[in-house]
Amino acid sequence: MSWTKKHLLDIESLTAEEITTVLDTARGFKAVGERAIKKVPALRGKTVVNLFVEPSTRTRTSFELAATRLSADIVNFSTEASSFKKGETLKDTALNLQALNADFIVIRHSASGAPHFLSRVLNAHVINAGDGAHEHPTQALLDAFTIREKKGKIAGLNVTILGDILYSRVARSDIWALTKLGAKVTLCGPATLVPKTFEQMGCRVTHDVDEAIRDADIINLLRIQHERQRKTMFPSIGEYTQLFGLTKARFAKIKPDALIMHPGPINRGVEIDSEIADCGRSVILEQVTNGLAVRMAVLFLVNGGKNLTETAS
Amino acid sequence: MPEATVILDPLAIQRALTRIAHEIAERNEHSAEVALVGIPVGGDHLAARLAKILAGIWNHAVPVGILDTAMHRDDLDQRVAPTVHPTEIPFDVNGKTIVLVDDVLFSGRTTRAAMDALNDFGRPKKIQLAVLVDRGHRELPIKADFIGKNVPTALDEKISLQLTEAGATQDEVILKKK
Repeated sequence: MSWTKKHLLDIESLTAEEITTVLDTARGFKAVGERAIKKVPALRGKTVVNLFVEPSTRTRTSFELAATRLSADIVNFSTEASSFKKGETLKDTALNLQALNADFIVIRHSASGAPHFLSRVLNAHVINAGDGAHEHPTQALLDAFTIREKKGKIAGLNVTILGDILYSRVARSDIWALTKLGAKVTLCGPATLVPKTFEQMGCRVTHDVDEAIRDADIINLLRIQHERQRKTMFPSIGEYTQLFGLTKARFAKIKPDALIMHPGPINRGVEIDSEIADCGRSVILEQVTNGLAVRMAVLFLVNGGKNLTETAS
Repeated sequence: MPEATVILDPLAIQRALTRIAHEIAERNEHSAEVALVGIPVGGDHLAARLAKILAGIWNHAVPVGILDTAMHRDDLDQRVAPTVHPTEIPFDVNGKTIVLVDDVLFSGRTTRAAMDALNDFGRPKKIQLAVLVDRGHRELPIKADFIGKNVPTALDEKISLQLTEAGATQDEVILKKK
């Protein structure tokens, strides 16, 4: 199975085979990170621009390291230092970066669809590093990679995503990726943040947390996105923890081999008990390691997708 | 349906590997320094078979590794991204004589990529090259030390190795016209 896409804009438009190709490729790149010499010449001479129009530390750092380990040159272009504040449009900024012969644009933006827009106006490869509440494809790929590595498979597993689904691009990408790969996905959280409309994406919606986590093989916790939501979505943080947090009492009732995942940054004592975050069944830090391997794989694969599907992403 | 010719049958493959193993043993006096590294897809299984035969000749186990060459290729800009296979080198390559094992030697570009990839793991004392089939058409100054069979080919022909380890019903090397 080979990869022919020029960009990585979302998970929704990928096939199960394409997702599996990324995961298989990432296995090889994970091994590179475990060597004494953690660098390969695959993207030597290429330039990657990290265009982060929304704050992010871990995703930006992960892409930066991924590009570096592929021997590419990387430029960070963040909101603080950029011309956006001076009134330049996204298109103009991107065209300026392309005029510097950037080969890859990794974009994070608060507006859904910004990466798709850039892919239409630029010749460079565009990689979505999170757009609004739409998608965060590399997070879903690293989650799928982690699950497959730990459980040996994805098809047939019960995956519960718990928390703020409505404002979460991670949830949307995870739902697409995991359902395409055959997992049974359950969403749970306050009714205001987990509307029934998500059932249209092929998953189950419940507001009973104890029932949602009882049979789960994977519990993926999402952070409450304070920055994205209105204050009225639920009464208080304390009540959220009491009703939906992964507390010690709830942890005692889950399957003994269930894995705890979280895309970070974690809010200790809110969605997850501090001790649970550090326990042996939490794979939160392995997700970070795998994220690097998956991002290397994505850069490597889209690089081969030039001149093939110019417009159809 | 393209025309296909069997150029090596199961017995011929077995004989070729046995001869290559003896040639490796003859060339390398210090057997403890020798390790085999197979290039997927195909070379990894051949390396495992050669290691088994060599273990019988030398009366000790011979280390075997698998080396991915996809990340070190020189044509990444001109093609769809190649399949990446996990590399496994479970020994220290420093000071060793590494015998690279590949199924078919063609342009020599995979061998060059393999030598670069191997250097990331250390500095072998020597690198030698064993191939089951040499089909000619070299684009780089590379030649094999151990060859199962020389097969003159046209550029538009394709050689493929089928092995039982990879799910084939029997071992075979096939030449296909496009």
